[in-house]
Amino acid sequence: MSDNPNNQFEPLILGFTCNWCSYRAADNAGLARLKYPPNIRLIRLMCSGRLDPQFILKGFAEGADGVLVTGCHPGDCHYVEQNYKTMRRFKLLHKTLDQMGVKRGRLKLVWASAAEGMILANEIEKFVEEVRQLGPLNWPKWDKPLEVVADYEVVVEEK
Amino acid sequence: MGEKIGVYVCHCGSNIAGVVDVEEVARWAKEKFPEVTVSRDYKFMCSSPGQELIENDIKDLGLTRVVVAACSPHLHEKTFRGACQRAGLNPYFFEMASIREQVAWVTKDKLQATIKSKALVDGAIRRVINHESLEPIKVDITADTLIVGGGVAGIQAALEIADSGSHVILVEREPSIGGHMAQFDKTFPTLDCSACILTPKMFDIGNHPNITLLTWSEVESVDGYVGNFEIKIRKKARMVIEDLCTGCLVCQEKCPKRVIDDVYEVGMAKRKAIYVPFPQAVPNKPVLDTENCTFFQTGKCQVCQKVCPTGAIDYEQKDQLLEFKVGNIILATGYDLFDARRIPQYGYGKLPNVITSLEFERLTNASGPTNGEILLADGRKPETIAVVHCVGSRDKNYNEYCSSICCMQSLKFAHLAREKTGAQVYNFYIDIRTPQKDYEEFYNRILDEGTLFIRGKVGEITNIPRTAEEEGKLIVQAFDTLAGIQRRIPVDLVILSAALEPRSDSVEVGKLFGIACGAQGWMIERHPKLDPVATMTEGVFIAGCAQGPKDIPASVSQGAAAAARVISKIQQGQVLLEPIRASIDENRCSGCRICNNLCPFTAITFDEIKEVSSVNVALCQGCGTCVAACPAGAISGTHYSDKQILSQIEGILDPALQLSK
Repeated sequence: MSDNPNNQFEPLILGFTCNWCSYRAADNAGLARLKYPPNIRLIRLMCSGRLDPQFILKGFAEGADGVLVTGCHPGDCHYVEQNYKTMRRFKLLHKTLDQMGVKRGRLKLVWASAAEGMILANEIEKFVEEVRQLGPLNWPKWDKPLEVVADYEVVVEEK
Repeated sequence: MGEKIGVYVCHCGSNIAGVVDVEEVARWAKEKFPEVTVSRDYKFMCSSPGQELIENDIKDLGLTRVVVAACSPHLHEKTFRGACQRAGLNPYFFEMASIREQVAWVTKDKLQATIKSKALVDGAIRRVINHESLEPIKVDITADTLIVGGGVAGIQAALEIADSGSHVILVEREPSIGGHMAQFDKTFPTLDCSACILTPKMFDIGNHPNITLLTWSEVESVDGYVGNFEIKIRKKARMVIEDLCTGCLVCQEKCPKRVIDDVYEVGMAKRKAIYVPFPQAVPNKPVLDTENCTFFQTGKCQVCQKVCPTGAIDYEQKDQLLEFKVGNIILATGYDLFDARRIPQYGYGKLPNVITSLEFERLTNASGPTNGEILLADGRKPETIAVVHCVGSRDKNYNEYCSSICCMQSLKFAHLAREKTGAQVYNFYIDIRTPQKDYEEFYNRILDEGTLFIRGKVGEITNIPRTAEEEGKLIVQAFDTLAGIQRRIPVDLVILSAALEPRSDSVEVGKLFGIACGAQGWMIERHPKLDPVATMTEGVFIAGCAQGPKDIPASVSQGAAAAARVISKIQQGQVLLEPIRASIDENRCSGCRICNNLCPFTAITFDEIKEVSSVNVALCQGCGTCVAACPAGAISGTHYSDKQILSQIEGILDPALQLSK
């Protein structure tokens, strides 16, 4: 990065947003011209409940060093209660990641309402820094031929 | 792949182009994807020539997909879908990348901004390839409308809709409609009597054949969606049979129990235990306050029942739960007045003769506790009066925002107080804000009348004198920022122009109707400038102070605006909904029923004979939770399919678009 004299590691973060709250929070952060690191790339879903765990694993497999899941605050879900289901899946995913040797710190859940652009921007900034400390994930890509994967030195992270 | 994609990168003036190298993004897209037939950058994609650019390319080059990289899809997705449709392309073969809100406006570094823009465009291109042709879902609109809140905004909205010929259910929590406006004496800047202009409207509400008025009622639950909301309303027991009551109010006259009226008279006067809040109340039918009624507390009295000439008093009456089906909802729930006790140095609640704006309104109102005479607590006439602006507004300790009405209201108070008592009036202000028509002229008039203005935030209001002159007075201390000196002004009466705050339950009410409130608690509009009365929930509109502090003309305008939106929906007869729905492939469904309990709208049912689940499209809201949960991958979500999202992830994370070091 040009404003990065230390040539430090720039993590790549995939973010999932809910159409009704956190995507609007991202709009809101933009309107307020809040600055946050460009490391995050957001995908819009209608609801955090749509978040299929495979999307997160796909993100890691495609090179994301961290995945940020965002949604409406508990009790505020546009679809009544689907964010609670996200919460349940999120806990299970953390356990799954443990088994895969991926640190829990690479997957984060943040609640941000449509008005909370500031919170979202701050959380993104914090998360980028946290993942920077964890270093690159270097997961083997799924679509590599089997022999290539076998040669690949899989670095299992310490828990 | 045979798709022909058009990619359009918007400059948005310098909003995007000032940070993102838009030409480079456009050039790169064409170079990277063989499917990209044409890739352009343009000053303003949302302008007519910008849209024509897309339309002409679709026609001339036979584009099958369109990607626009510009602002948030919440702003212009509809615009560009419209352009596609006009050129004969299914509008769902379109995808938008938000490179303004998510890149240009939030990123400092230009190089990184350009890389991130490319990544978002990459995701959009790969996603749009997997898009399907869709048709919006048409839903019939129930013509009836629910309006919550019978203040002036709700009243205006109700009359506009009812006059257009559609039915309105107006729900008010208090025994009468009228809201805060019914408590006021005069309205600025014209100084016409508040009741005189409001009561005809209230009367129209009470007598309109198209309005069902439910006072002393609250909305209990809301189900459904635009066009088809199912509402449950709790009609609290009045203990008065409304059909029998003639409004003679003998019961109120004869009731022996007097109670302090905390609502309408803001604690300044008493009412009876069976009462109408004010003489012009609509409906003019009393409510029995069971908490204070002697009969309900001790079992003896029943005077009201004995004197009622029509036998309308019913002590056995229970709350009723009424059900309605409505197509649209307008929330006009108003505001709460800031509790001035929260600023202890102003002495409100401790010092007699320190009163709030609403208390002064009652004091100066001819139907108020003193019949309109401005009197001190001991019955004397005040000789000097201080009006303090910005009490709880423009103050980081309480509310950062400007309550917008206090300046004009304080000027009005100065005028009324001088006119009625001849007192010398001091207005303590931070800035005078008089931005509407005839408001500045009103300020000049008050200046000419001889009201003294001191520019400075009041630090303290005390009754502890330092000089003989201050003896027996309230002393208002402020730093006069124009003269550069501390001033201590001894006065008889202090009026605190208290802030307007969101209703204490605005967040819960918002949740009930599926809309959000901002950090301060005001309900959030769809767009702060271009869509101030709509909300993110289709079919739910907001008006008046529920949306933010505003004066009567602005509340009336918003009430009328919300009504216009509803009327246009009713006239269309149908609403088009996004075709984002879940569907189950019967051949792949294993009948595990995991999805059945995930749906909060009970849209998924299980067919016992076929042993498969299926989605009721009319009930499905398209959240996609079941899609994500199906272990067999039998459920697919339109426009948010696995394939679409996975391909977008691949694009967005393309290793070629890593941030440069």
